[in-house]
Amino acid sequence: MSLQTTTSQTVGPYFGIGMTWLIRDNLIGEGVSGDRFTIQGRVFDGDGLPVPDAILEIWQANAHGKYDHPEDTQRKLLEPGFKGYGRVLVSHEGMFRFVTIKPGSVPGPKGKEQAPHLAISIFMRGLLKRLVTRMYFPDDPRNADDPILTLVEPERRSTLIARKTAGGAGTLEWNVLLQGPDETVFFDVGL
Amino acid sequence: MTQLAGYRPPYPGTQPNHLHPPYVSSRKRAPTKPLVPIPFTLTEITGPSFGTEILPPKACDLTRLRGGEAIGERIVVSGRVLDENSRPVPNTLIEIWQANAAGRYHHEVDKHDAPLDPNFAGSGKTITDSEGRYRFLTIRPGEYPWGNHYNAWRPAHIHFSIFGPAFATRLVTQMFFPGDPLLAFDPIFNCTADEKARNRLISVFDWETTSPDYSLGYRFDLILRGREATPMGDKLGE
Repeated sequence: MSLQTTTSQTVGPYFGIGMTWLIRDNLIGEGVSGDRFTIQGRVFDGDGLPVPDAILEIWQANAHGKYDHPEDTQRKLLEPGFKGYGRVLVSHEGMFRFVTIKPGSVPGPKGKEQAPHLAISIFMRGLLKRLVTRMYFPDDPRNADDPILTLVEPERRSTLIARKTAGGAGTLEWNVLLQGPDETVFFDVGL
Repeated sequence: MTQLAGYRPPYPGTQPNHLHPPYVSSRKRAPTKPLVPIPFTLTEITGPSFGTEILPPKACDLTRLRGGEAIGERIVVSGRVLDENSRPVPNTLIEIWQANAAGRYHHEVDKHDAPLDPNFAGSGKTITDSEGRYRFLTIRPGEYPWGNHYNAWRPAHIHFSIFGPAFATRLVTQMFFPGDPLLAFDPIFNCTADEKARNRLISVFDWETTSPDYSLGYRFDLILRGREATPMGDKLGE
């Protein structure tokens, strides 16, 4: 007999008690290759107010486009200093910031290459299950043909692409808008 | 060339929608536009893993802190992590957090007028063994009031966070206790349409893990998504 997946419930307002210990706001360990970026942004609710109690998790490939996972059997280099997992909590002002490298491209459906991207899970009080989204990098010509981005209506794609900032080439801004005309695109991956 | 299978979608009604108006906080935070369905790619079928070396000492015992014993009823919470095909999920990280016996969280946002316990922080973590088993020793959490509606009280619960083998299997949930009179009135517990699915969040009293003269046992199994039978047709560029 087949079992059924356990029902999701909210992390509530007090997740910091159980989840702060595993904060990973710098994904770059020793000897890691790739272009370094500081990614910062804010999370806003339907009233345009910053969300002070959210947690973001990041999952990404290394600069060679290789995931540190047994099911990634590509013949690409693993780097011991790069696990690909990040976790950040937002501040009272809804702000988050993390440091990572731009991943290489990884294969997508039918062997088509995907543009470099970060997979993001977002948890917060008020969310009964996580939100799943992606962050892509600005000015990457591969974005135009990305097999996931092109599933999104063209006018909403920009919500998934980080912006360059005045802070310099190494700093990107990517905000999460939970509702409204510029609502961030969230994906359905089943749960 | 390797072909990999995706993960099955949930059974209808067994998972909440993002918007559940009786849970007031969902109204301004649930997305209003439809989610965009995407196929599984290598991104979603891979995910982080953690070794036991990241665990602090005694991370699965919540009952002792700063050399003193936490106040309240000691309980053992244990179970297995399985997938929908009943296969154990070994070596996966579980994090828990909860209120103390008086219904107070060790958190700056919790202003409930109930005592903090200097010997109880309310946080535990462990990694499942080769058979998918886990076990925590903790204190039975208290019920507590919250601001969702007039005279709102949360049933006693323990938060669980679990990773599983892939980005696609990530799950956060809450474990409840049998016979709690508040369950029927809790908008979070009741956010899921399927009654059987809801009731699987209620742990089961368990003699096998109940220790004479020491602690009661509760059993709570966690089920993660099962694999699709057929590969997703993805060819990895090798």
